[in-house]
Amino acid sequence: MKKYILSRILVAIPTFFGITLLVFLVSYFASGSPLELLLSNQNISEAEIERQKIKLGLDQPFYIQYFSWIGKLFMGDLGDSYRTLQPVMNLILNGLGATILLAIAAVLIACVIAIPLGILSAKNQNKLWDNIAAFFSFFVTSTPSFFIGLVFLFIFSVKLKILPIGGMYDIGQEFSILSFLKHLIMPSIVLSLHMVGPLIQFTRSSMLEVIREDYVRTARAKGVKEYIVTIKHILRNSLIPVVTYLGMEIPLLLGGAVVTEQIFAWPGIGNLLIQSINTRDYPVIMGITIIVAFAVLLFNIITDLVYGLLDPRIRYD
Amino acid sequence: MENNKKPSLFLNFLKKYCENKLAILGLIVLIVIILLVIILPFFLRYTEAEIDALAFNAPPSSEHLLGGDDVGRDVLSRLIYGGRVSLFVGIISTFISVIIGIPLGVLAAYYRGYIESIIMRLADIFLSFPSIILILFLVSMFGPSIITVTVVIGVLGWPFFARLIYGNVLSVKEKDFVEGAIAIGEKNSRIVFKYILPNAIAPILIQITFRIAAAIILESSLSFLGMGVQPPAASWGNMLYSAQSITILTERPWMWLPPGIALIVTILSINFIGNGLRDALDPKTKIG
Repeated sequence: MKKYILSRILVAIPTFFGITLLVFLVSYFASGSPLELLLSNQNISEAEIERQKIKLGLDQPFYIQYFSWIGKLFMGDLGDSYRTLQPVMNLILNGLGATILLAIAAVLIACVIAIPLGILSAKNQNKLWDNIAAFFSFFVTSTPSFFIGLVFLFIFSVKLKILPIGGMYDIGQEFSILSFLKHLIMPSIVLSLHMVGPLIQFTRSSMLEVIREDYVRTARAKGVKEYIVTIKHILRNSLIPVVTYLGMEIPLLLGGAVVTEQIFAWPGIGNLLIQSINTRDYPVIMGITIIVAFAVLLFNIITDLVYGLLDPRIRYD
Repeated sequence: MENNKKPSLFLNFLKKYCENKLAILGLIVLIVIILLVIILPFFLRYTEAEIDALAFNAPPSSEHLLGGDDVGRDVLSRLIYGGRVSLFVGIISTFISVIIGIPLGVLAAYYRGYIESIIMRLADIFLSFPSIILILFLVSMFGPSIITVTVVIGVLGWPFFARLIYGNVLSVKEKDFVEGAIAIGEKNSRIVFKYILPNAIAPILIQITFRIAAAIILESSLSFLGMGVQPPAASWGNMLYSAQSITILTERPWMWLPPGIALIVTILSINFIGNGLRDALDPKTKIG
C-alpha cells in the first residue's frame, strides 16, 4: 500500500513539473510581453518601462525566468494580478471556496437525481421507467448545459421571478442560509447535468450485474424484504463503479464550473478565469491553470486511496 | 452463418441500422441540416455580417424571418452561417484528433515497452484534466479564432482515439491471423494497415460520431464564453453569447432560442446516429 502511494506520487511530481513548464512555455512565447498593458499607456516613460522590466525579471533569459517563477510557486507565490495588483494566490483562494461549494452541491444533486433513476431503471429493465431514464440521460448528455442554464434563468428568474438572477448572496442584505440556497440551486443543477447521464447508466449497469449474483438470490430465498435486498445487498455492492466514475468526474467539474459560473455570475474561479482572459491578466490565467492541474493530480491520488477503503478486495501491491 | 450464400456485410449493417428508427430520424435530420447550411446561403438576402440599420433589435418580420440582433444583423442568416461554422469545427477538429490519436495508439499497442507507457500515461493525464480549462488557457494565449478553436479542440481530443485503438490493436494482435502474418514475415506497416486497422474501423466510426457531437458542444461553450468564434463571424455558441445580457434574455428570445434549439437538434441527431452505428456495428450483437 505504502509502495503504491509512493509510486503514484512519484509519477505525479514529474507530471506536475511538465505542466508548469508547458504553461510557462506557452505563455512565454504566445502571450507577448506582459508589459503590453504598460506600453499601451502613453504617460509612462521609457525609463519607467525599463525599471518595470528589471523589477519583473523580464531582462533575464528564459530558463532563469522559469526557475524563479517555479521557485516562487512553491512558496505559494503566483505573482501579482496585472488588473487588481493583488497577489494571484489570494484571488484564487477567494474564488476557490465558492467553486468548491458549487461542485459539492452539484455532486449531491447528481447523486440524488441519478442513483434512484439508475435503480428504478435496473429494477424495471426494458420497461417504462428504464426507457424514461434512458431518454432522460440521453437528452441531458446531448444538450449543452449553458443553454439549459439560460432557459432556467428565463423561466425561474425572469418569468416566474422565484429565483435570483445570479451571484451568491443578495447584495446589501444580511447573510441568510435561505437566500444562499436560492442562489445555489440553479447553478448547481446546471453543473450537475454533466454527470447525470453517465451516472444513471453506471448505476443501472452495475446494479444489473449484481442482481444476478448468487448471494442476492440467497437473500431473497431467505425471505429478506425486497427493499432491503435492493439497498443492502445490491446497491451497496454496485456502488463501486459509481464511486469510480464520480472520482474521475469531480476534477472535470471544474471545467463545467467555468461555464456555469459565467451564466449565473457565481463568484468562483471559473468566473475569475474568464474575467482574467478578457482583461489579459496572464498571471491569473497561469495561476488558475496550475492550481487546477495540482488539484486534479491530488484528486486522482485521493480517489485511488478511497477505492481501497470502499472495497477491501483491492490491494495495491 | 451461411457461408455459401454470404450476404454482404454492408447490406447487413444497413439492415441493422435501419431497424433503429431514432437512428434513421437522426440521419435524416442531420442531412437536412447539412443541406440547409450549404444551400440556403445562396438564397438568403443577407450575409451573416451584413448590418441592416432597420433590423436593430427588431423582432421577427417578413423582411427578417427570425428578427435582427443587437447590431442589426439578420438572425436567420447568422443561424445558417453559424451552422456551417459549428459543423466545420466539429468535423475538422475530430479529424485532427483521429489523425493524431490513431497513430499514437497503434504505436503504443504495437511496440509496447516505454513507448507504450509514455503515450498511455500522457493519455491518462489529458483525460483527467478538465479540457475546457486547458482549451481556454491555450485560446487565451494564442488568441481566439475559428482556426485556433478547431486546432486546440482537435489536438486535445487525441487520447479518446489513442485509447480506443490501443485496446483494439492489443486484442486483434493476439488473433491467429495476425500471428500468422507475423510468422510468415510480413512487414510491420503492412500488418497494421492490412490486418489490424480494418478490424478496428467499427469502434472508431462510432467514436467519431460521438466526438463530433462533443466537439460541437465544446465549440459552442467556448464561443458562449466569448473565447471561441469571434463576431462578426457567426457560430451557434457566439449567438448565445448575447443572451448573457439580461435584456436580450428577457425581451428578445428570437436572438438566442433559435441557435440553442439548432444546437440541441443537431447534437441529438448526431448522437442518435452514433447509437444506431453502435447497435449495428457492435460485434457482440449478431450480424446476419
